[in-house]
Amino acid sequence: MEYMILIAETVAHEQYAPGTAEFEQYMGAWMAYNQSLMDGGNFIGGGRLQPGDTATTIRRSGGADTLIDGPFVESKEQLGGYYLITATDLDEALRLAAAMPIDDAALEVRPLAFRSESL
Amino acid sequence: MADVREAVTRLAREQSGRVLALLAARFGDLDLADEAVQDALLAASQWKHVPDNPPAWLYTVARNNAIDRLRRAAVERRRLLAAAPDLTARKPFGDPEHDATEEEPMVVEHSEVGDEQLRLMLLCCHPALDRDTQVALTLRLVGGLSTPEIAAAFLLPEATLAQRIVRAKRKIRDAGIPLSIPQRLDDRVQALLTVLYLVFNEGYLARGGAPGIRIDLVDEAIRLTRQAAELLPDSAEVEGLLALELFTHARSEARFAAGELVLLDAQDRSRWDARLIASGDAVLARALRRMTPGPFQLQAIIAAYHAKARTSAETDWHAIVRTYDQLVVMMPSPVVELNRAVAVSMVEGPEAGLRLLDTISGLDEYYLYWAVRGELLSRADRPEGALLAMERALTQATNPAELQHLRGRLAAFGERVKP
Repeated sequence: MEYMILIAETVAHEQYAPGTAEFEQYMGAWMAYNQSLMDGGNFIGGGRLQPGDTATTIRRSGGADTLIDGPFVESKEQLGGYYLITATDLDEALRLAAAMPIDDAALEVRPLAFRSESL
Repeated sequence: MADVREAVTRLAREQSGRVLALLAARFGDLDLADEAVQDALLAASQWKHVPDNPPAWLYTVARNNAIDRLRRAAVERRRLLAAAPDLTARKPFGDPEHDATEEEPMVVEHSEVGDEQLRLMLLCCHPALDRDTQVALTLRLVGGLSTPEIAAAFLLPEATLAQRIVRAKRKIRDAGIPLSIPQRLDDRVQALLTVLYLVFNEGYLARGGAPGIRIDLVDEAIRLTRQAAELLPDSAEVEGLLALELFTHARSEARFAAGELVLLDAQDRSRWDARLIASGDAVLARALRRMTPGPFQLQAIIAAYHAKARTSAETDWHAIVRTYDQLVVMMPSPVVELNRAVAVSMVEGPEAGLRLLDTISGLDEYYLYWAVRGELLSRADRPEGALLAMERALTQATNPAELQHLRGRLAAFGERVKP
């Protein structure tokens, strides 16, 4: 089955300058995580989003579009990124999501109904 | 007719979970298995007489129902395929054509059945389902209770409960919650035990409310816990829970007199069920021999000390306090600390208990905290404080029998305050 892991961050993560030890450690953990997803044949895709204040939302109601400067839901948690993975079942998907090297976050794991490329 | 009805009820309670577990594992489809079993039970309700071997009958009829459903679905798919080959070109999941129709020997190895049943129990208590859903699903699928029966037992509208179960089954299917023995079995068993204990408590506290109307959740919980103990033969905590339930249930009859709640120390101990206590003793002894202590075993030990005391005055409160000391370490919670404070007050006096109560936080909204405080203040000869505490307890309690008891205590305290 295919699952989307939506990463909602409760606090903005630290920004480390490239070249510093902290940056290396931070990036190293994510690279290792990505690699483990690939090695296990679980990785389909993933990405990190720019912060929520760069978002533009088109709200369509009754055929009329309104542009909103910001994400579609204002909350303390911000959608920060996603992974698209394949897993045997929810238990495996949850295990993979839980292995993510992230401190404070809500990770929503949701099955895909279908994906256009795989039809 | 009454015989048939009783036999069908027993079949549903005792066998439908097992048959459902087998079919769900065999066809890899919980929903299909559930519908097949429900159809079979419906057919059983039309029996003119009870067949020789009802469990075998249920298995065969339910299995045939499942195969019929799969055949019909396959025919429908072929029809669609012929009409629009492009749309249905992909092979659907769980193609039933291969294995569903072949005959399978009726006799199933017992160990195998146990494994399927355990999977079903653990599935119903999967952490991806919320607690209320776990409870409803366990009673419905493992316990073989009908949706109206569960709704009535929890005093919920039938539609709410039906919706809860439909949603749960959909989530199990669509989110891919597996019917498998998990890697981290201990955590999952813990969730199962929590659910069973919740069912037990719901049944126990409701007793005396409306006798005879609601399904007896106490019996169901004990039955399911016994089943879980058979399926998890190495788990001391399952036996601990079973023993705790048996000891507690043994006191059921004495808990009410003339429709009123009677607390432990005032209960007529001759009305305690000696058979249940003996059976609790045996189960607890078996658990303790495994040398893997746990919170349910400790609570069962405490219940056993109470069961052993022939009169309230004979209670070994020192031993009970020692057990609570361990329980507080193993399962730190303000409710456990509250119970420990009561035990300490029985050894060292009410003031000692009150001092402990002052150190407990997080129970401001819990009626038993205030009821205990009221009783301890009363014993410490401080009736004004007792009255205030009991008034506060009354605003927080919800169970009718407990409310009535608290009102009685409040009146008694009021008498003492009068000049």
